[in-house]
Amino acid sequence: MGRSKSGPVTTPTQASPKSEGFGGSILRARRGAGRDRLSTFWVLYLPPLIWLGLFFLIPIVLMAAFSFRSDTYGALFENWKPGLNQYATVVLTGSYWRLLGVSSFMALIISVSAVVLSYPLSYFLAFYSGKRAGIYLILLLVPFWTSYLLRVMAWKIMLGSDGVLNSFLIYFGLIKEPLTALLYNRNTVILTLIYVWIPFAALPILAALQRIEFSLFEAAADLGARPFQQFMRITLPLSLPGVFAAFFMVFIPTIGEYVTPLLVGGSNGFMYGNIIQDFFTKAANWPLGSALSMIMLGATMILVLIATRIIKLEDLLQ
Amino acid sequence: MNNRRAPISLSLYYFGLIAFLYLPIVVLFLFSINSNTTLSFPLKGFTLGWYQKLLQADAVLRAARNSLVVASGSSFAATILGTMVSILMMRYQFKSKNLLLALAALPLIVPYVVLGVALLLLFSVLHVDRSLLTVGIAHTVVALPYTLLIIASRLAGFDSSVEEAAMDLGADYPTTLRRIVLPLILPAMVSAWLTAFTVSFDEFALALFLAGTQPTFPVYLFSQLRFANRLPIMIALAVLLMMGTLTLVFIAERYRQREV
Repeated sequence: MGRSKSGPVTTPTQASPKSEGFGGSILRARRGAGRDRLSTFWVLYLPPLIWLGLFFLIPIVLMAAFSFRSDTYGALFENWKPGLNQYATVVLTGSYWRLLGVSSFMALIISVSAVVLSYPLSYFLAFYSGKRAGIYLILLLVPFWTSYLLRVMAWKIMLGSDGVLNSFLIYFGLIKEPLTALLYNRNTVILTLIYVWIPFAALPILAALQRIEFSLFEAAADLGARPFQQFMRITLPLSLPGVFAAFFMVFIPTIGEYVTPLLVGGSNGFMYGNIIQDFFTKAANWPLGSALSMIMLGATMILVLIATRIIKLEDLLQ
Repeated sequence: MNNRRAPISLSLYYFGLIAFLYLPIVVLFLFSINSNTTLSFPLKGFTLGWYQKLLQADAVLRAARNSLVVASGSSFAATILGTMVSILMMRYQFKSKNLLLALAALPLIVPYVVLGVALLLLFSVLHVDRSLLTVGIAHTVVALPYTLLIIASRLAGFDSSVEEAAMDLGADYPTTLRRIVLPLILPAMVSAWLTAFTVSFDEFALALFLAGTQPTFPVYLFSQLRFANRLPIMIALAVLLMMGTLTLVFIAERYRQREV
């Protein structure tokens, strides 16, 4: 960042005064204000820049550098020998790629399900909620505002071998032995995450539906379109930006998910995020963990680039 | 448009899904007033004992206090930084504007596990012991996009001619910010602070890497999951905290709606 170039551009009202005399004092005051604006700029600019640089940019650069460290011996940055060993290990270990593939596939199922399940919710809220729209919306959002960890844990309580569902089924004599297939596998992770994301996915879709002009429906009805045709030709196409936004808003954090698999996934429900967590905690192989993190970060960035190609951000902010 | 009668199937769908969404929350509540340590059907009996035992459970309360400290501190910092970036975005033109915006918004899309281990690496290199401070720093970074969005949209909502008027009358820019802009965006700042608070209070994925020996409530909760007999106490506190969070969220929403 060139220091002289990145300064603020003063507004046209602060152009240099041509005449002294009447109004001169005001113009001088404005010129002074221009200087104030410049010094205020630095006061506002430096703290966030330093904070984000130190606690966001540098850690990631550090991690990138660390991923090129070839061994795990000695202190963190001693005996610095850059190499591609870690990436070679990742490339040659098929199970990492498989897990990245599995995690992406799980994220795909989860985000598509969350979007499909929440579309009718948003449709109801946008077109049929009437006077109670506010209450119905809050009703939908309360679960989202309650602790994430606890909602996931609630599923564990419900699906566990001495949990709600099993004891319920046994009590009514439908099964004799508790079903163990309910918990600690990939399907439970998928179910739990769909549950967690539904309220979140509903929001961008709702926003898109609410922007549709009512006159379009009147025009379509006047021209003889049936409700189903109206939906297919007006509602659905115009709500697509919201649908895509919801999809990516769920998909991107889900790929990096590691907490839900930790709680309800067991050893069969592990996701890519879990191996990163493992290498930084139990397994203590930070260089390899860094390389795996960089790959995760790269994959996420590519996804975000694709997302910004599909969705125009301005559409969402309107 | 928004007051036609809903087709019965659509209403059923809405209320059915809402019931599904509330099911785990109801289960948690039942668990906290159930006398047994497993929530098996049929329920054994009603008790408020877990709430009573909570008062003696020092470690649990300490963890909750830790979370309060982290959430208050990080939300305060995130609100100040968010206000700074918002004013820069809405009231200044400069070359690195897009860069700063990208830097402030990116934490939203970097996976928490990646940010968590990257910060762990930074603090290890700097020989900074993991503590509530390190958790708070991480939470400030991830809360910044939210505070930025809330405050910037408020700034976009009013005309900068008010500020120009103040400056025409001789106020310098810092005074204008303090006397004109800050009072106008104060409601958004309160709303941003509350949002950042709830984000931090509930956050687990980053805190697990950065908490060290001072667990926040979610981290402590996670560490206690193995011990079935401790679980009801934790959930009793969680139910209370949930009510607290909900109260905050409702206040935040009301504050924002009054402004719109």
